[in-house]
Amino acid sequence: MSEYLFLVPILPLAGFLINGLLLGRLPRPVVSFVACVPVGLSFLLSVLLFFGLKGLPPDARVLEQVLFPWISSGFLLVNVGFLLDPLSAVMILVVSGVGFVIHLYSIGYMHHDPCFGRYFAYLNLFMFSMLTLVLADNFLFMFVGWEGVGLCSYLLIGFWFEKKSASDAGKKAFIVNRIGDFGFLIGMFIIFWQVGSLDFRVVMEAAPTMFVAGGALITAACILLFMGAIGKSAQIPLYVWLPDAMEGPTPVSALIHAATMVTAGVYMIARSNVLYLLAPDALLVVAIVGALTAIFAATIGLAQNDIKRVLAYSTVSQLGYMFLACGVAAFGAGIFHLMTHAFFKALLFLAAGSVIHAMSGEQDMRKMGGLRRHVPVTYITMLIAALTIVGIPGLSGFFSKDEILWKAFSSPYGHPVLWALGFVTAGLTAFYMFRLIYLTFHGKGRMDADTRKHLHESPKSMTVPLMVLALLSIVGGWIGMPHLFGVTNYFEQWMAPVMSGAGHDAVSHALAAGGGDTGMEVGLMTATVILVLVAILAARKLYGQTPELSTRLREKTPHLHRLLFNKYYVDEIYGAVIVRPLVNMSIFLWKIVDVLIIDGLINGFATLYNDISQTLRAGQTGRVRSYATVFVAGVVALVAYFLLG
Amino acid sequence: MVTIPAFLIVAVVIFGIGAVGVLISRNIIVLFMCVELMLNAANLALIAFSRALNIMDGHAFVFLVLAVAAAEAAVGLAILIAIFRNRETINIDRFDMLKW
Repeated sequence: MSEYLFLVPILPLAGFLINGLLLGRLPRPVVSFVACVPVGLSFLLSVLLFFGLKGLPPDARVLEQVLFPWISSGFLLVNVGFLLDPLSAVMILVVSGVGFVIHLYSIGYMHHDPCFGRYFAYLNLFMFSMLTLVLADNFLFMFVGWEGVGLCSYLLIGFWFEKKSASDAGKKAFIVNRIGDFGFLIGMFIIFWQVGSLDFRVVMEAAPTMFVAGGALITAACILLFMGAIGKSAQIPLYVWLPDAMEGPTPVSALIHAATMVTAGVYMIARSNVLYLLAPDALLVVAIVGALTAIFAATIGLAQNDIKRVLAYSTVSQLGYMFLACGVAAFGAGIFHLMTHAFFKALLFLAAGSVIHAMSGEQDMRKMGGLRRHVPVTYITMLIAALTIVGIPGLSGFFSKDEILWKAFSSPYGHPVLWALGFVTAGLTAFYMFRLIYLTFHGKGRMDADTRKHLHESPKSMTVPLMVLALLSIVGGWIGMPHLFGVTNYFEQWMAPVMSGAGHDAVSHALAAGGGDTGMEVGLMTATVILVLVAILAARKLYGQTPELSTRLREKTPHLHRLLFNKYYVDEIYGAVIVRPLVNMSIFLWKIVDVLIIDGLINGFATLYNDISQTLRAGQTGRVRSYATVFVAGVVALVAYFLLG
Repeated sequence: MVTIPAFLIVAVVIFGIGAVGVLISRNIIVLFMCVELMLNAANLALIAFSRALNIMDGHAFVFLVLAVAAAEAAVGLAILIAIFRNRETINIDRFDMLKW
């Protein structure tokens, strides 16, 4: 079984190579075929591997394949190896499944683009990198995938590079991620320094004996690793690249900047859960950053007008939820939300893409309205996604979000304040999602006549993926229902072998015991649902029934609105505090240090030697007689010296 | 009996004429002839010493020099003809391309 493991990432790489090497020489149907089939095969293989893994007893659910040693130098031994355990099995299913659906959707969405082949080549390269990331069996090989997805993210954000804002956004994403990766690397070095290996299984087994629990070293390592996650998964303070990343094509936003790549940080922390459990202080940092990001991004989402930007801030906020879960040691809940989020957020983005497609490229919600009659399938599916993300009972988002909120409250690492932040965020989420729904699909159409004429439902290749994802959004959560409902939580059971690391039975017991207070759990759950319903009704009142009311509200609180609309001026602050001084220093280094001092010195020496040579070369006339004269004079001088001297 | 200094004075004079000729002549043929003069001035000095000291080494040397001079003249004239075919001049001052 495990000998086929490497095919999961390699198949999309083959697609990338074919499409990339024959760029512009293949007709579009062939490009789509070459791009989609390997991803589909990867998905099928992932399903087979999943069932293969399921057939094994819970404690033996690990498949490993080492292809060849990559680096072998002294103590450092790094393999190109793949590890399939319950955690990575879930990840490859989500990545290849959602990825395949989005590949299909892209065929329709990118139909008119002149760079069709380049797009699919990048997309396949991304699939390869992402699958490598989740299947790698050691930190360094994972880092290869980690950087690979970063590269693809850069390439795809800047896909329409002739637009300056797009290429700038690509650069921003890449540079901001470098800051996080710096921490990730140092964290990795600390682990290697202490444990002497980077292999996940070796590190996780040895960590409890090699590190002092709660010690400074393990805390530092975990926080540094988390820094990498902050960059990749767009948390405070490095989240600024994600909203700008919306410059890329919409399916890219759905695949990379919502469903898969940005969740890599969550996956990494869940993968290193043994380390984090040794460092409660680091866990606290993760939880606080996650909770703050969740509420912070949600408030910004309230006042954005670009449909994709609302979704982008929503993604940042939902990622905050996942980190909150990880931070209270409920790693399984984090991964569960990662999975359901991949379904409904990909659906939201793809539906938004369908709306943009219908609106001839318009993204401003103020110019939409009344679209539900024109794009019924998009409307229904997007409504399902919205109901899922806000957590209407029965849909997948409800189960995953509620589990996180409950764990934030009840876990030994949790705190009522963390729960409260998540709780308020749930309300804000419901408000901005339904603001989006009402502004886009309800009310009177505010588009110009030309756009109105072209309003049309998207082709089948786009609507079918929407329906598939809508189905997954509804049923995806049913595998993880809380014990409260008197059913087995299959997801938690599945994840258990990975999550209860060796020597941490105490923690898992404590987590399980937290679930005992049923009354409290029901109470909190009900409170959340009521808050969400109130928020939806408020959005309906403000944006659906009486739009003038929202205008009046905006005018009554001009400062607050301006603050939110301008995203708390974070970009401006970063620009003034970090970017501007850095640019000025670079200009100083360039114009003064480099050009004036270094180049001046080198050019000065060159000029000096040139001048000397110019003078001396006058002696070389090339005439035989002048050489002979010098020669004779020399002989005469020597003879005179020996005779007279 | 002619003494050694007399031979040497003649040799020096011939050598000086040859050297000055090499330095001032622009004609390559004249230049060659001057080189021959210098070689033969040396030959004369060698013979004179050889006779005075009554050993044969000097004679042997002179034959060697004559042979080399003949070969040099042959090669030199061949080069000269090759150059003349290209440049249609034998003015040595015009051949100054091999500089810098």
